[in-house]
Amino acid sequence: MAVIKAQHLTFSYDGAEAVLSDVSFELESEETVGLIGANGVGKSTLLKILVGLLPGYRGIVEVGGLTVEKKHIRRIRETAGYVFQDSDSQLFLATVYEDVAFGPRNYGYAEAEVDRRVMAALRQVHMEDLRDRQIYRMSGGQKKLASIATILSMEPQIILLDEPSGALDPRNRKNLIRVIREMKGTKIIASHDLDLIGDTCGRTLLLSGGRLIRDGETNGILTDEALLQAHGLELPLSLSHT
Amino acid sequence: MDRLQEAIAALHAVDTDMGAGRKASRIDPAARLMVCMTFSLVTVSFGKYDLPGLMGMSLFLVVTAIWENISVRRGLYRLRYLAAAVILLGSANLFYDRNIVFYLGNLPVTGGLLSALTLCGKGIFTVFAAYFLLCLIGTEGLCRALRRLGLPGGAVTVLLLTWRYLIVLLKEVRRMWQAYGMRAPGQRGVRMRAWGSFAGLLLLRSMDRAETVYQSMLLRGYDGGALRETTGGTKAAYSLLYVVCWLCVFMILRCIPVFRLAGRIFL
Repeated sequence: MAVIKAQHLTFSYDGAEAVLSDVSFELESEETVGLIGANGVGKSTLLKILVGLLPGYRGIVEVGGLTVEKKHIRRIRETAGYVFQDSDSQLFLATVYEDVAFGPRNYGYAEAEVDRRVMAALRQVHMEDLRDRQIYRMSGGQKKLASIATILSMEPQIILLDEPSGALDPRNRKNLIRVIREMKGTKIIASHDLDLIGDTCGRTLLLSGGRLIRDGETNGILTDEALLQAHGLELPLSLSHT
Repeated sequence: MDRLQEAIAALHAVDTDMGAGRKASRIDPAARLMVCMTFSLVTVSFGKYDLPGLMGMSLFLVVTAIWENISVRRGLYRLRYLAAAVILLGSANLFYDRNIVFYLGNLPVTGGLLSALTLCGKGIFTVFAAYFLLCLIGTEGLCRALRRLGLPGGAVTVLLLTWRYLIVLLKEVRRMWQAYGMRAPGQRGVRMRAWGSFAGLLLLRSMDRAETVYQSMLLRGYDGGALRETTGGTKAAYSLLYVVCWLCVFMILRCIPVFRLAGRIFL
């Protein structure tokens, strides 16, 4: 059964120009899918629709077997976690521990369970030692991993990552790729970083002009220079050098 | 560290080296809030010349600082402007009430001096009690305590979100200030001509970021309602004992002039 299903999804912010037009796809459990496209093609919009942040779409959108609508929002958000592009917006509490514990506490878990989830999430991103670190004193790479931990602590089945490698140096990027690979569940990674997509995703969706242009194997899409260039993208660096 | 960064760090400190950063306490935040409120009420209830009686109330602050390992020096530093304002206000009494109440040796002590000292004492004691409370329970603990004491959920949420918005706002001010400063070397402050767009943009940007922060909260189960109860670690018996003990101490200090009696022993 598909864990994420979009059929004829159309969305516009102002009711005039559609940001997404007639987008349809399905994702199976445990798939890692890349969502690529130039700036402003609707990658973030698509992810936000999936977690119910942007109501008012047309078509059918289901997450974890539930239609994305108000009455299912709470359950959908427990099933699907969204990691924002800007970590500073994702992290708003004082310490790593407090921020990672925010979700489980809101879902009413006992403190012992909250603690178990927080520690498990921090272990997954290799940040156990930084549990009491003040967030405003952390580096960009650490903040990104902490943002991912805030979602992992809710133990979601689906994880949506919006430009996860933006502003990361090579070492932090490598660390992030390792963390993404180790994460269980269905993952959608929206990114311009085609090398990251190539390293982590088996399947890729290419968006352009609000439409789903191609849905297929990552290798096939990322090596098709003509296709990428036609939609405002370039070959991944790892391929363009060879 | 620039002044804005210092301000942001100080705001964060309320939830780190203070509040949430502390080890879990057995005493419920609501109990601490109740004791703090009672302390403040009893403190301000002393008469304007009752300095010896007021001094007895310092017992609570001294015991709390020692017991909870709170740095008074850091507190004095953080509250220096507020303390200065309290002293300034209190010292106005020196000019209004010039009746001599008693002599200290050859030195006449006027009613104004006595009431100024009492007023300063009251102000500083209550400010420190509030500071100690924040040190012990943090802003979120304070909101949770207010909720438990019956404040409507909406009001508590507004308080908490305002606090978070303040931090977001300061961070945006800092970013914009730095961007402005890089292109206006040697200039002090923002030029009058740029003020309108600076303030407007600041509002828009901070609201944008606040919106994302709010979305991030929603995505992690926050439903806009009151804070969830997290009573883990606190024990009702300890909390009750804490409240009862301090209420008794406050009543004794209020009704019996302990310092005056102690003074008579030696005189």
